[in-house]
Amino acid sequence: MPKDHLITSENDIGIELEDSGEGCDTRNGKPTSGRKRRRRRENKKEKKKDEGRGSRNAQHAVDSGESTEKERQRKRRKDREEKAEHVQSLDKSKVNNRDFAAKNKKNLKNEKTRSKGRPKREVEEGEAKQPQRKGCAKTEENEQDTCERAGKKKGKKKHRKKVETSSEQESSEDGDKEGEGEDEEVEEEVEEVEKEVRPETLTPEELEKLKEAVDDKKKLIQALRGKPWPMKKKHSTLRESQEFLEKYEGALGKGKGRKLYAYKVMMNKKWMKFKRDFENFTTACIPWEMKIKEIESHFGSSVASYFIFLRWMYGINMILFGLTFGLVMVPEALMGRPYGSMPRKTVPRAEETNAMDFAVLWDFGGYAQYSVLFYGYYNSQRAIGWLKFRMPLSYFLVGVGTVAYSYMVVIRKMARNANETGGGDENSFNFSWKTFTSWDYLIGNPETADNKFASITTSFKEAILEEQESRKDDNIHLTRFLRVLANFLVLCCLAGSGYLIYFVVRRSQKFALEGFENHTWWERNEVNMVMSLLGMFCPMLFDVISALENYHPRVALQWQLGRIFALFLGNLYTFIIALMDEINLKRKEEDVVQFNMTMWEASLHNNTTSDNSTAPPLFTHPADVPRGPCWETMVGQEFVRLIISDTMTTYITLLIGDFLRAVLVRFLNYCWCWDLEAGFPSYSEFDVSGNVLGLIFNQGMIWMGAFYAPCLPALNVLRLHVSMYLQCWAVMCCNVPQERVFKASGSNNFYMAMLLVILFLSTLPAIYTIVTIPPSFDCGPFSGKARMFDVIQETLESDFPAWISKVFSYAANPGLVLPFMLLMVLAIYYLQSTSKSYKEANVELKKKLQMQNEENKKKNKRAALKAAMELEEARKAPFPRVAEQSYNPSHQHRRHDMADSPAGSFSSDQGRNGDDQAPFTDCRRSQPVKASASSHGRHANQGAPAGYPAGHPRQSEPARLQRVASTQRR
Amino acid sequence: MGATASHLGKDLLSEYQELTFLTKQEILLAHKRFTELLSREDKNLPDPRAPTEAILTLPELKSNPFRERIVRVFSTSESRDGLTFEDFLDLLSAFSDSATLEIKSHYAFRIFDFDDDGTLDEHDLEKLVNCLTGETGDTRLTPDEMKQLISNILEESDIDKDGTVNLSEFQHVISRSPDFVSSFKIVL
Repeated sequence: MPKDHLITSENDIGIELEDSGEGCDTRNGKPTSGRKRRRRRENKKEKKKDEGRGSRNAQHAVDSGESTEKERQRKRRKDREEKAEHVQSLDKSKVNNRDFAAKNKKNLKNEKTRSKGRPKREVEEGEAKQPQRKGCAKTEENEQDTCERAGKKKGKKKHRKKVETSSEQESSEDGDKEGEGEDEEVEEEVEEVEKEVRPETLTPEELEKLKEAVDDKKKLIQALRGKPWPMKKKHSTLRESQEFLEKYEGALGKGKGRKLYAYKVMMNKKWMKFKRDFENFTTACIPWEMKIKEIESHFGSSVASYFIFLRWMYGINMILFGLTFGLVMVPEALMGRPYGSMPRKTVPRAEETNAMDFAVLWDFGGYAQYSVLFYGYYNSQRAIGWLKFRMPLSYFLVGVGTVAYSYMVVIRKMARNANETGGGDENSFNFSWKTFTSWDYLIGNPETADNKFASITTSFKEAILEEQESRKDDNIHLTRFLRVLANFLVLCCLAGSGYLIYFVVRRSQKFALEGFENHTWWERNEVNMVMSLLGMFCPMLFDVISALENYHPRVALQWQLGRIFALFLGNLYTFIIALMDEINLKRKEEDVVQFNMTMWEASLHNNTTSDNSTAPPLFTHPADVPRGPCWETMVGQEFVRLIISDTMTTYITLLIGDFLRAVLVRFLNYCWCWDLEAGFPSYSEFDVSGNVLGLIFNQGMIWMGAFYAPCLPALNVLRLHVSMYLQCWAVMCCNVPQERVFKASGSNNFYMAMLLVILFLSTLPAIYTIVTIPPSFDCGPFSGKARMFDVIQETLESDFPAWISKVFSYAANPGLVLPFMLLMVLAIYYLQSTSKSYKEANVELKKKLQMQNEENKKKNKRAALKAAMELEEARKAPFPRVAEQSYNPSHQHRRHDMADSPAGSFSSDQGRNGDDQAPFTDCRRSQPVKASASSHGRHANQGAPAGYPAGHPRQSEPARLQRVASTQRR
Repeated sequence: MGATASHLGKDLLSEYQELTFLTKQEILLAHKRFTELLSREDKNLPDPRAPTEAILTLPELKSNPFRERIVRVFSTSESRDGLTFEDFLDLLSAFSDSATLEIKSHYAFRIFDFDDDGTLDEHDLEKLVNCLTGETGDTRLTPDEMKQLISNILEESDIDKDGTVNLSEFQHVISRSPDFVSSFKIVL
């Protein structure tokens, strides 16, 4: 033993030479002194150990109070470290061998002896462990106890011993982690130990352990809020851990390199506090949070989901608004040429008289038309102002960026929603979900609660009926016929509304050609009004028709939404087609104007040049210059008008349909012949799906028109802002909760999918017009170019070095684009197939789980049967009392184990659920103990076998058995 | 534990933030609401306990069919009624927006476990369904329906087939549910 020890320490010193930079010099010089010192230290420790025994035991007691879970974790980590260190030390010694050629031989020998010695030692350690834990000192412990002093953790012993075998090297290694000055401190400490016995002195490995413990505590503090303990327990744990931290972080925080550590700790605390404050601040900053929560608590989560959606839309529009406002409108207004400097920036002479009339401005004509609000006002000058701001490029990029940003946001949100729902087995827990999760705990309104009760009951009944009659079906032909009929009717409705819009648009074009001035207000606003009215009444019609179909309500709702969607879409597209016709008309007109223009210029030229050829070009006021119709501005105007009229209809229906109705019902109820509140008109419900659809379509129009009217996002922000307040108010004051309360989350992604479809469909026409139709010759930032996207080409050529445009042209080459697309398709295919295989694996695993459970069940049954038989035998035994007392605990203990096994195996399958189950069952167990104490008393009193048969049938249940066992063991 | 009736100490507030899923504002609001529930003489006690009846009058709990269970589960007193402020915070934390699925499902299980025996057996499920369908007679399920429903539930979620749903089975079922986390919320 001593020889072994000697050799190892020498070897270690050799290793240390290599490892511990400056600090090793002294030891290098006098290895023997190092050894001596070491041994002396050990001796001291030994002495000290006896002194410190009492305190260590106390610490043990404290430790055993810690949760078993932590203990386990620590052990696991230890094992890992151990292995790593083992490998490391071997590595080190090899390196050592190479580096220190002088000591080569000796070291090699050492290496051998060590490797021989190690297994033996480990065996010894294994033996030593047990007595050690009990606190009895053994002879071979003497050296092991060197590091024992920290002894706060029982589980660490093995680790320590391993450390000890490669002792100093290891410690200096550990020290390296903590800081540069560490090695010197080791020296100091060793010397200190020589001088006096100081219980607070810590060797580096103990420090390391301490640090670990500190980290553990920190982690515990972080995880504390996720623990289902009562606050008192959490609080005391927190206090304890914090005290521990303060105490030992202080211990870590002295010396040279530790100042930094203390500083870090302090900064960490500050940072945490800051983060928390910041979190508080951001939650305080979320707009309308309290309003939405209030609505949520009154109407349940589905109504609230509309408002959350509205808020989300508001956020998106804010960003779109920021983009267009900051990069397009403001630069043009500040740095572009002022109003009146060019024909495109001036109201034409003919319109000047009534350009400031409110009616004209309301229609976005007159001065509004010739302002930054619309496409036509922007100049095609390449760079404006002292910033040399590239206006046309910025305009184009903002248009593209708007669309790109919207796509990104919508898809990201969808992906997040999909993640939240988790996917996978949707229908497997139909009934369980209905019972366990159907109550919406947010409901704080008795009326809503009543509705919820009713809806839950119906859903239960429906589910049961479905289950019972899944195979039975009544008169399928009639249902089929009715469904076909209903769809036919709906198609008719859609076609009719489409035609109506087409007709109205045509008519309004005719009026437009004739000039709006001669027509009435209705004729001017016919298109918008008809669209709004159709949007109002067709859904009602669909609702009536869908009654024919006899679908399940959820399916019916989706059909309804789909139809309204189709209607809106159809209307929108009819509108776009009509708009296209108009664009074509305007372009023909433009050709004529262009021709006239050259004639006019020529005539102007002729007039001036007839007598003086070098005279400066004659100045004509820009208002007098003839100009093209500028179809882009026209498109923008149409969209703006549409948005305005849409907003107005929404607000007005809100006021009349909700507010006025509520007022009438409320106050006429006193003098009416039937109960208005409960009877026919009643109060209106909040129509979530309709409102969401309205919002989505509104957004679609914004996306479509934003390129031609930069003011659209601003208008939309305004609209959403107003609707937020107006609708919040309307909901709270004049709506009643829905009769059919449905959960929001199920339909959330449905809405998002619709939004995505709308986004796609609305960007299509915009992109089409941008790519195919040449811009107007005399208005807008792209005037004079063949196509709008030429601005990119132009910028590349003039603002960037030549090679970039070269690279760009190569990149745009079909030879490169096509393989790239192919690659993307392949990637998509690959990802999809992997996800499919994952799903399959999931199903497979689930099957396995079920099989295993079945097996467990069988096993348990067999075991239970056997146990029951044994019990029976025990009952028949001649001395029942003795048998019960002596035999019962062990027997029931066994059964207890068996009873545990199904739950145990399941929770291990569950993985993470297993951990926090422990405290729950703990506190649960403590309760029945009280309850079953009386039964135990009964047993004791009666003692005779008669007590058993009475309790026997109940005890077949494993859980109860376990409890009885636990009481009897006490 | 030092939750004085008049105001919360700064340290205590930060500790509560550490220990719950609530923000500072929410804790302060909870404290305000809680002190409103206390009777005048209670306010001077060191660790006042709001009676169950007072807590049930909170609008957030008033129409909840599980309100008595909720108070029982979160109460730390011997007789299992009445909440101290810390119990109240525990309640709000478990029902808060940012609480984890783990903790929510844990408490949901304890709420549904009407006889406090650690498993959901048929009687628990029956009581649970009765709570969900409301007190009035016309919304109640018939015994047959009830039987069918309970057998269906057990068929789905009782994975080890011991006739009861235990916590891990419950959490397994709940974790797949799309809207448990969004609906298991109480906001002051």
